[in-house]
Amino acid sequence: MSDDKKLDVAPPYTAVARHGVSPVASHDEIARFDFLANFNKFMSGALSPGNKLAYDARVLPKFEKEHGREPKDRFEIRHAMNDDPFHQFWSALKRNSMEMRQQNGRAIVLRQIEELNAKARQYNEGRETLELHPEIEIPRYQSAVDIHCMPGSYHGEEYPGDVSAGANYDSGLFATTAGGLGALSDGGGQALVEWIKKTRPGWQPRRVLDIGCTIGHNIVPLALAFPNCEVIAIDTAAPILRYAHARAQSLGATNITFIQANAEDLSRWEDGSFDWVQTTMFLHETSGKALPKILSEGYRVLADDGLMLHLEQPEYHDGMPLFEQFLRDWDAFNNNEPFWSSMHSLDMKDEMVAAGFGRGELFETGVRAVVDREIFPEAPTGADEDHGRAPYWHAYGAWKNSEAMQEEAE
Amino acid sequence: MSDAAFDWMAAANKKAKGKRPEYFDDPQDERMLSILMAVVGEVSVLRERMDTVERLLDAKGTISRVDIEGYVPDKAAAYERGVMIREYIYRVMRGPQQMVEELKQTEQPVEDVSRELREI
Repeated sequence: MSDDKKLDVAPPYTAVARHGVSPVASHDEIARFDFLANFNKFMSGALSPGNKLAYDARVLPKFEKEHGREPKDRFEIRHAMNDDPFHQFWSALKRNSMEMRQQNGRAIVLRQIEELNAKARQYNEGRETLELHPEIEIPRYQSAVDIHCMPGSYHGEEYPGDVSAGANYDSGLFATTAGGLGALSDGGGQALVEWIKKTRPGWQPRRVLDIGCTIGHNIVPLALAFPNCEVIAIDTAAPILRYAHARAQSLGATNITFIQANAEDLSRWEDGSFDWVQTTMFLHETSGKALPKILSEGYRVLADDGLMLHLEQPEYHDGMPLFEQFLRDWDAFNNNEPFWSSMHSLDMKDEMVAAGFGRGELFETGVRAVVDREIFPEAPTGADEDHGRAPYWHAYGAWKNSEAMQEEAE
Repeated sequence: MSDAAFDWMAAANKKAKGKRPEYFDDPQDERMLSILMAVVGEVSVLRERMDTVERLLDAKGTISRVDIEGYVPDKAAAYERGVMIREYIYRVMRGPQQMVEELKQTEQPVEDVSRELREI
């Protein structure tokens, strides 16, 4: 059978690569993720189009009849759609898929938690590249609800000092994205490497700050691509930092120091001390007041001609149909992403300017996950897109004082 | 720590903090769907395990549990198993899929068709 005649199925979970602290899944645990990966494909491909059909056929006409006008924003659409039987059922199925993913991941991890903690200790004990600071408080935007319905969020512990939060997060990324992030779920990090090598060939950043690093999957590829670069990766949650450090060490990324820190206060680092400040799918997990503080602290520690880059899902600009905005907002209200909706309605360019950048220094680009296409298919965008999950990001970036530096050089 | 074993099965089921949205009028329906979907997933697991056993028997004639646990499908087998899971999902999800189809067209009740046929 030729490739172009194949049905769209998820790659097998056995294609997920192992590292030093990977939870070991049994045959049936693998089969659970195989089911969920394919079920999520079914949900986004076969069922999700029903939402627009229901909207056009009955939800919008009913709304117009009742209000004498079209819905004015995505919130009005959501309230109207929440009464529609198709959308209710689709949402209930999708919520169950997320809950099953968490249960399945936690079951794998927790039955072997002592072995996993022991493996992590081997990589972590006595290493200067892991700095935990228990005095760092978990901010309200991380503790108000368990983000993406992950019981215990990033900071929960079943045992004191454990790595279960990180291991569970890592184990299920495959199922949620139907394999779209590749063997080590690092398609985002690989994409950063490819993008920078193309954008600025030969550039060797000396020091990189990754903010909100979680399990380090988005920064390890960069650290490996620039072995002489010092990478600092920060997060507020200790359990995922323990896991991230052990994971990175086992993959040979020994040039990353993982530090428990809150990015709203980067005072331990001097002005202009990093060549690159990076966030990947992080800013939507902060808050209205934290986000500008993080950007302005990031700007302060960034050196002249340094790069600030944020990978997120696209913002809800005026040209984006309200229905698409509503669909992209599903995770905000159904998958515990409470800042998601507000964050995506921010104009990131304005936020970057408020942080200190000149408008002429800003750029935007699209970044698609870089994975082994022999095994991991390109995730669909457009009609079949799994909105909010597609491994295809919008990048908001700026080169600090690039205009002034250029003028000086001339 | 006490001598009792860590109950990882109970811990795996922990609820995520944050009020769960209600999708149906009757809260019991939420619970019923969560049980049903868990069973739908488990049947898929049994089918995949059976497929593993059959493939190993085909290849070796006799197998052990270790063989099953260590089985890694090659590219062709992985695709065939993906198709098997997909086919299974489409069968159990017939109802929801037909909801999508219904939304594409308005159909008159069969009772009306029956009345019409009486007259023509």
